[in-house]
Amino acid sequence: MDAGPKMTIKNLNFYYGNFQALYDISLDIFPNQVTAFIGPSGCGKSTFLRCMNRMNDLISVSRVEGEILLDEKNIYDPAVDVVTLRSRIGMVFQKPNPFPKSIFENVAYGLRVNGIKDKTFIINRVEETLKQAALWDEVEDRLNDSALSLSGGQQQRLCIARALAVRPEVLLMDEPASALDPIATQKIEELIQQLKQSLTIIIVTHNMQQAARVSDITAFFYLGKLIEIDETDMLFTRPQLRQTEDYITGRFG
Amino acid sequence: MAIRRQLKEQWMRVFFFCFALASILILSMIVVFLFMEGLPIFSKVSVKDFLLGIYWYPTSDPPDFGILPLIIASLSVTFFSALLSIPLGVMTAVYLAEIAGRRLREVIKPIVELLAALPSVVIGFFGMVVVSPFLQDFFGLSTGLNLFNAALMLAFMSIPTICSLSEDAIYSVPVELKEASLALGATHLETIFRVILPASISGIATAVILGMSRAIGETMVVLMVAGGAAMIPTSIFDPVRPLPASIAAEMAEAPFRGDHYYALFATGIVLFFFTFLFNILADYISHKYRQVGAATL
Repeated sequence: MDAGPKMTIKNLNFYYGNFQALYDISLDIFPNQVTAFIGPSGCGKSTFLRCMNRMNDLISVSRVEGEILLDEKNIYDPAVDVVTLRSRIGMVFQKPNPFPKSIFENVAYGLRVNGIKDKTFIINRVEETLKQAALWDEVEDRLNDSALSLSGGQQQRLCIARALAVRPEVLLMDEPASALDPIATQKIEELIQQLKQSLTIIIVTHNMQQAARVSDITAFFYLGKLIEIDETDMLFTRPQLRQTEDYITGRFG
Repeated sequence: MAIRRQLKEQWMRVFFFCFALASILILSMIVVFLFMEGLPIFSKVSVKDFLLGIYWYPTSDPPDFGILPLIIASLSVTFFSALLSIPLGVMTAVYLAEIAGRRLREVIKPIVELLAALPSVVIGFFGMVVVSPFLQDFFGLSTGLNLFNAALMLAFMSIPTICSLSEDAIYSVPVELKEASLALGATHLETIFRVILPASISGIATAVILGMSRAIGETMVVLMVAGGAAMIPTSIFDPVRPLPASIAAEMAEAPFRGDHYYALFATGIVLFFFTFLFNILADYISHKYRQVGAATL
């Protein structure tokens, strides 16, 4: 880990109204690595992920304390434009959620809303991105078909392509394979390995085998607290804390 | 015991079937009646002369039964009311579903829906007593009871329908789509115009057509405020006589089973075709462009 962290989270507390969902979380996210967040349902891992591109801003009663630094700049600084921020930090959701538009328009969407009008550029970028998302071969002759005509796994790879089209620096993935069958899941996992060459990936998963397979660093959350974070090999073979060991060996959660 | 329960089940089936049959039969008999009483006029006037004739003098001697001025009145009143009610209704719906806070929405939505319950005679009365003198003074017209007034009042009547149904359609767009758009760096406004409105377009279109179908069939308001002149209007401040107003105004004085009586029923058939068309269109659009959006796994 020679490079400095891509993102640094400092003493993050998060509240839904009076309910505190995250307690004093601090950790670093390193570039070109896959960081996995694991933990039982309701432990705050998804909430934490959604703090990182400020999706929680949509919830009017939410409140954030602490800092999240992206390239050493606090993303919660009032001067930060949240729209620009979200084009730097992409997100893939749990359920595939393509727009009810054509396959092409789904991928082009991020470019269009970011003000790109050059048609050749858009066409090239869409092709490039679909290849990057390992979907090109399956859709190249049906780019104008509705995205909803794709299978669930293809839809999810399309959603990944859609997020990649604006060339984000960080990609947040919220249980991206939990709604998919094993073969589609495997394809997503292979894709994650490919993608980390060019960007930083944070993945939330409740599937521990998945975390072990795809990630370099794993963080274990429980009841809104970060319990333990370590290199994935270490965390899964020699956890430092009893709680982590209990969880990864399936004794609770 | 089991046999008794099955008997009861079958009996219930017959019972409900009879009720369903009764209401369908009554409605279809009304339609049959409408055609029976309307079609005889065409032995006196050709369909073409009836639909395209520009003179409606049913009590002259010889009478003229041309309903083109009435058709044009109905269509233009509906058209101009749609010009007002579509933007106002849809934009209010967007505001309520997407921009207003939840509390405001919970207050305003029922109020809008309550407006739909305003009796049309009240709206007509308002048009007569308040809007008409205002139009007359403001534009220096000979009468404030005209096409424009009727369009305005009909717009008031259809806005609640359009707004409420559109709001339902917009509100039911899955939040996942909205999040996907925002997460790609789209602004809220871009998300509304590029994702949310396209995803709810079928619901909005259905709402618009139902609102317009309400406007074209509305009788009391146009009877009260449209002015009642059976002439082809040359400006939006001309008094007009839409189809339903003509039927309502003349039916009482038309001799039973006379030509005038048949002509009014034939006018009813034309009106029926218009509203029927609107409803078919609404049905077609809402089926063809079904609300899509949530991923289909």
